[in-house]
Amino acid sequence: MCTVCGCGGGKYEKFGGSRSREANRLVKVEQDILAKNDAHAERNRAWLKARNILALNLVSSPGSGKTTLLAKTIEEIRGRKSVSVIEGDQQTSFDADRIRQAGAPAIQINTGKGCHLDAKMVGDAMMKLDPGENSLLLIENVGNLVCPASFDLGEACKVAILSVTEGEDKPMKYPDMFHAAKVMVLNKIDLLPHLDFEVEKCIDYARRVNPEILVIQLSARTGEGLQGWMDWMEGMI
Amino acid sequence: MHEMSLMQSVLEIVEEASRGFTKVKKVFLEIGALSGVDPQAMDFCFDVVMRDTLAEGATLEIIRKPGEGWCMQCSKRVDVSERYDPCPWCGSYQIQVTGGEEMRVKEIEVE
Repeated sequence: MCTVCGCGGGKYEKFGGSRSREANRLVKVEQDILAKNDAHAERNRAWLKARNILALNLVSSPGSGKTTLLAKTIEEIRGRKSVSVIEGDQQTSFDADRIRQAGAPAIQINTGKGCHLDAKMVGDAMMKLDPGENSLLLIENVGNLVCPASFDLGEACKVAILSVTEGEDKPMKYPDMFHAAKVMVLNKIDLLPHLDFEVEKCIDYARRVNPEILVIQLSARTGEGLQGWMDWMEGMI
Repeated sequence: MHEMSLMQSVLEIVEEASRGFTKVKKVFLEIGALSGVDPQAMDFCFDVVMRDTLAEGATLEIIRKPGEGWCMQCSKRVDVSERYDPCPWCGSYQIQVTGGEEMRVKEIEVE
């Protein structure tokens, strides 16, 4: 009788650290589907840590104002900290061009049919960009509130940007993203007088999926509330 | 739509695990209710991604794992079907998810 499961027979062979059984030919695998991505992410994280680089993964739906916020951040922090940017979009280099105009080195990743950045893409881009020690690396993910939630890129944390024109129920509709994020930036608050958006309700919804989430309200366009964002980021550095 | 790229990763894992065999007949995946993955979409992508590989024509078996958590307020194990579910005992949202986030290739049937 076999000593593994007590069955009556069958031939056993070692197979890649696990067992396969001749009788029904089942091979135990027990491997996380994202194991490869996570391994790349850990390599990225170690590389960033060794250089004391703070990397933030900015996630949101398309049109939430991520690129405007990045451009403002670059302007604000200029002279105090060097910043570089990895831009993810399905197509075009419009965003990387805007970031370069704002005065920071940027690299554009076009994911083609892909709906998210993965850790290998970001690792390759980091090597090309070669951000300096003690710098800030901002990763603008593909505009999508679903898929990027699952992919660790090696960042310090995810920052979810939600603009008030999108409706206060988004944290409940896309719970995985707001659960994965450490911070929710509520953008375009200059438009609040023109909308029915209820800020408190939105924050309550976000805290239902993530009780720890930090909320920063700002308008990247007018600069209102931007200081809170800069203070949080400098605290992280 | 990240199910497609997840399925590519499944294929890589399956190809690695089936080395030395001639055919993969069945693939068992464990998918948690809170993993953010749609099993139907996985099913759809499976046939497309496995085409022209050892696993062409294989069956996909998805084992669903329920979501569960630990209520930090009342220190009880709770079922979690959605991330925004409150604790059924005390109504708190301070729930630490302890299960249901799995995305694993569990085993494969080969010949």
